[in-house]
Amino acid sequence: MSAATAVTRAEYCVIACAEAWRGDGEVLASPMGLIPSLGARLARRTFSPDLLMTDGEAMLVGPDGTTVEGWLPYRRHLAMVTGGRRHVMMGASQIDRYGNQNISCIGDWQRPARQLLGVRGAPVNTLNNPVSYWIPRHSPRVFVERVDMVSGVGYDRAAAAGPSASRFHRIPRVVSNLGVFDFATADRSMRIVSLHPGVTLAQVREATGFPLALTGVGDHAGDGGSSGRGSGEVPVTREPTAAELRLIREELDPRGAREREVPA
Amino acid sequence: MSGHDASDRTTTGHDTTDRTTTGHDVTGHDASDRTTTGHDTTGRPTADKTMTCDEVVGRLRSGMTLGIGGWGSRRKPMALVRALLRSEVTDLTVITYGGPDVGLLAAAGRIRRLVTAFATLDSIPLEPHFRAARESGAFELTELDEAMFMWGLHAGANRLPFLPVRAGLGSDVMRVNPELRTVTSPYADGEEFVAVPALRMDAALVHLNRADRLGNGQYLGPDPYFDDLFCEAADTAYVSCERLVETSELAKAGPPQSLLVSRHSVTGVVETPNGAHFTSCVPDHGRDEAFQRLYASTPWDEFAARFLSGPTEGDYQRAVRAWSEERR
Repeated sequence: MSAATAVTRAEYCVIACAEAWRGDGEVLASPMGLIPSLGARLARRTFSPDLLMTDGEAMLVGPDGTTVEGWLPYRRHLAMVTGGRRHVMMGASQIDRYGNQNISCIGDWQRPARQLLGVRGAPVNTLNNPVSYWIPRHSPRVFVERVDMVSGVGYDRAAAAGPSASRFHRIPRVVSNLGVFDFATADRSMRIVSLHPGVTLAQVREATGFPLALTGVGDHAGDGGSSGRGSGEVPVTREPTAAELRLIREELDPRGAREREVPA
Repeated sequence: MSGHDASDRTTTGHDTTDRTTTGHDVTGHDASDRTTTGHDTTGRPTADKTMTCDEVVGRLRSGMTLGIGGWGSRRKPMALVRALLRSEVTDLTVITYGGPDVGLLAAAGRIRRLVTAFATLDSIPLEPHFRAARESGAFELTELDEAMFMWGLHAGANRLPFLPVRAGLGSDVMRVNPELRTVTSPYADGEEFVAVPALRMDAALVHLNRADRLGNGQYLGPDPYFDDLFCEAADTAYVSCERLVETSELAKAGPPQSLLVSRHSVTGVVETPNGAHFTSCVPDHGRDEAFQRLYASTPWDEFAARFLSGPTEGDYQRAVRAWSEERR
């Protein structure tokens, strides 16, 4: 693959996921899924070298993925969550405008139309350490007005549950195949941080089952950095550097599995 | 590998029951100088807790609360679960970090209530029989968060009615478990937490790499999961193992901290080589991914008829080997 090959949507997604861990320091990066894994490993190999990562089982491993530097079986992992020194990126079968997430089941919980995984560790994660989300197929079926079973807790539910629930609650970002989103609004509802190149505002709005806030629309009018590509109205997800692109293509994912998760 | 030999031993009738009656244990030592319970004059503990899978299940009753160790499709006491399927025991409350143990028991209609945070086959995210059972309303569910579940086990093992956790607040775990209560810290912070009730069990089933006849169990893989807590949170606990060894062999096989389960918390020990199949039991064996795919894609009746209809664990292991050879 030549360096001249155009950056793919999947590669922008990897960059957008990697950015979630920028500035995190010496914490455990827990990516779930392929693109978040590539993002976390990229962040560690470049701008966030102090991150800790596991081998997917019980070992903490170095940047090569094999050198063992520590031991983190499930019991210690679950205890580490409550210490807060971890930033996880989970998936979501449904997510709403305040960041409530569902991975448990679709439909009525008593007798679901579709049983999924169960809540797993989403409740403990969201109340104790930063939780970001990765959604490979942005659609109104995923970005919904109300989730069927609140597994990961959103900002409104955390606030309503009181100070114990909101004390350590934080959702730094949501990355989808269309763009990057956060909750830095007055009412903690989801807003667009950036769109991936080639994605329009109309496209992302159509694919989202609730209204999305925009990042300081006035502030960004005439912003040269976001002109031309994408919507022109909101910032565009940043370009990978040549070094990042080389790492993704030659070292982290030489077989191009990322292109199957997010087709061009 | 001695695995096949030992498995054949079971199937040819030289199981632990016969060993006891003929006075020979699995290592070939004459057992006639050993009493089966109590103590000898040297002060060594001599209670021989070895039994067969079917003897374990013979101690279980319908309506019991049963804990099952392992995690997802990892180191599950599958031979004991299969023995349970050969019995009439049903109407169970099952407490587990769910994997195919849940799938098998659910498909066979043995679960009245499931207490879990998930059920998964790991490499196949959704457990098909768990899914089907939930979608048909086949059993009741107590759906807890993974950490809530862990602290529930700790409470059960430590004879506490509950332990306080932050997890659960704000989530629908509180909605679907209306019996859950919160507690307020008696200290200056005054924080409110979920009081996760103790998870106590009538019996626990776990699978480890090694064990001795006294009930000391050892894991040799990377993760202990929560098997020690399951044993301590249960009134009776049964350890199946890949290989039964002399006590003196345990410390040679792994570091001290690999001695996970201590005999004071164990009622019975069963040697079941390949007994975690098709879940992983490293380093003895990895997950049988091909067989797991077959399990996940075959209609239950067809799967059960081919692999689970024989009268012993050995019949299962033979059926798996035959299937495996057919694929070559």
